[in-house]
Amino acid sequence: MAKRLAVIDTERCVGCQMCMFACARRYSVGGLGKSAIHVKSAGGVERGFVVVVCRACPDPPCAKVCPTQAIVPRKNGGVLVKLDKCIGCKLCVEVCLIGAVIWDEETNKPRICTYCGYCANYCPHGVLKFQEIEEAT
Amino acid sequence: MPDKFLQNVLYIDLTRRRFWIENRKDLFEKYLGGVGIATQLLLEECPKNIDPFDPENPIIFAVGPLTAVYPLASKTVAMFKSPHTGNLGESHAGGRSAIAIRSAGYGAIVIKGASETPVYLAIHESKVYFRDASILWGMWSTFTVGRIIRENEPGAGIRTIMRIGRAGERLVTYASVITETYRHFGRLGLGAVFGSKKLKAILVSGKHSIPVTDKKTYRELYDEIYDAAVKSPIMRKYHDLGTPANVLPLNELGALPTKNLKQSKFEYAEKISGEFLAEHYLGRRIACANCPVACIHLATLREPYIDEPYFYKTTWVSYDYEPLFALGSMLGGFDVPGLLKLLDEIDTQGLDAMSTGVTLAWATEAMEKGIITKNETLGLELKWGDYETYRKVVINIVKQPNEFYQALARGAEYAASKYGGKEFALTFGGNEMPGYHTGPAAYVGFLTGARHSHLDSAGYSYDQKMFKAQETPTPEKIADHLVKEESWRQILSSLVICFFARNIYKPEIAVKALKTMGYEFTIEDLNKLGREILKKKYEFKFREGFDPNKLRIPKRILETPTPHGKLAEKEIRKAVNLYFEKLK
Repeated sequence: MAKRLAVIDTERCVGCQMCMFACARRYSVGGLGKSAIHVKSAGGVERGFVVVVCRACPDPPCAKVCPTQAIVPRKNGGVLVKLDKCIGCKLCVEVCLIGAVIWDEETNKPRICTYCGYCANYCPHGVLKFQEIEEAT
Repeated sequence: MPDKFLQNVLYIDLTRRRFWIENRKDLFEKYLGGVGIATQLLLEECPKNIDPFDPENPIIFAVGPLTAVYPLASKTVAMFKSPHTGNLGESHAGGRSAIAIRSAGYGAIVIKGASETPVYLAIHESKVYFRDASILWGMWSTFTVGRIIRENEPGAGIRTIMRIGRAGERLVTYASVITETYRHFGRLGLGAVFGSKKLKAILVSGKHSIPVTDKKTYRELYDEIYDAAVKSPIMRKYHDLGTPANVLPLNELGALPTKNLKQSKFEYAEKISGEFLAEHYLGRRIACANCPVACIHLATLREPYIDEPYFYKTTWVSYDYEPLFALGSMLGGFDVPGLLKLLDEIDTQGLDAMSTGVTLAWATEAMEKGIITKNETLGLELKWGDYETYRKVVINIVKQPNEFYQALARGAEYAASKYGGKEFALTFGGNEMPGYHTGPAAYVGFLTGARHSHLDSAGYSYDQKMFKAQETPTPEKIADHLVKEESWRQILSSLVICFFARNIYKPEIAVKALKTMGYEFTIEDLNKLGREILKKKYEFKFREGFDPNKLRIPKRILETPTPHGKLAEKEIRKAVNLYFEKLK
């Protein structure tokens, strides 16, 4: 089975964005430009936070709209991104209802979670978990 | 080596509505960032003996080489000439401010001039917009101002929104700048400098990646610092109860200033303790960006409306040790809902909670002694712990309907110079005291610290260490320790590290972290640089008329015993003189 990143409980999120920095750090850079996960307030920090990350849909719309097959479905859910093929049209950004296709302004290409689970190691408050995808019933 | 973005200084001229970027590699190579850079820029940009409300007074924000790269390097340094003390103004805040400035592509931002009409600045990476803020000017609540800007600008999650309240607009000299709703550039009146420029708010957003030189060591060192941050007991303390964890220990010690420091123990300390607040009011904990600690504690206050049954409102109030001291024990108050409502009003209006509390404490005692009467207060009777009245006074401090409130709007020192009662006006270098009556080192620190803040050199911490070790902090020892501590803190606030992480970012870690960013500094270099930066700050202070011999010591601190017994003015003065000799 394939794994994905699950947002277990956003109410535990303190908005530290350690996951975002971790995601970017996979490329050994600082800042948030390379992050494929996004944390923002739910309309003011007192209301808590929204954690946006690819949920590994079984039938991903972003792959369906990609005109160059740069985004292809992964077996058992989620997608694989082939950046060489991407023409930067942003259709994938538009079609993702949850906003999990994050645009990398520096390369003009999409950033989508690669399901590596690295960020979950840096979630100090039990919001994120790297786990098996449950089979759709 | 500072990377290509860190070298950029964004200059904004509000008078001409222009902006430009200058490469200041020269500064960043030598002074790292944060306070090191900001001090240089202040010396460059602030004309000598200027009125703090002159358009030429610069507002400088600076971040450092570790910002957005390592955990807990999430503070922004603001520097300006303070309208409160008439001298060096420096204030730090977290939230997302530092990450946003660095990610927008800047090491520092310098704002000069003044707008004729209210503006807010929207800085989206290399684009700067001067937005009309006429609609926001005069608006009652800073919370509303924040919400409106949030809804009108892009960058959710990667932006900072710094704003002022009516207190800043009306030039209360201890008006704050609020960022991310619950963090503050609280001290020394940055909010009033914003107000004098008709600058209502600044939004900064960006997403630039930050290059690292030694990629392998970077990830290893990151993990080392991250582990220390999430596992160390001190960080645990800040996460669990937050800074209010200090209320009970300080009270136990007899170091909690109470009723304008007529006492140093508060019989109701338990009611304003971190433990009590966590149990009954804590609603959420939040963090600054890139900090796993989440020390920000938000209380929820549920109140019924009296005009309709089953109709409630819930207010969120960010609480910390200092506001609990300044508005709790210092005002002899322990009614938590009243205290939280007062704190909420202070944030709504955009004031510094510490200066407000200590000023209210002076006014309460002045009324008790008959120095001021209802004639001055427009009929209000200030009494210890009477929060309803304190709220009305706070609103009057902002409105300034008569001479008395105009005086209060300039703080305890000014009000006392006008009405009397200087001996119990608890200000140092013109700045209201923080909540530490721990012993001589604390006060020597308030007097000598470049911004007269407890965080300059943490004398309060030294007092407590000495107390535990059953040692006497002599003037010689105090001066030695404070010069060393304040010098090192210049490095921390140049990098810019949160002081809560000072025990993690020891000199050897700082050197290692800098190395991964391409800087070759030894521990000795950093120590030397820290001292140099501190001296530069004093260069500014002396230029602007600071005189250690003219420092006022309020009699009150000598009357109320500390854990180290009653303090002697002679000893304090001796330590102050030694401090400046050692700094030479």
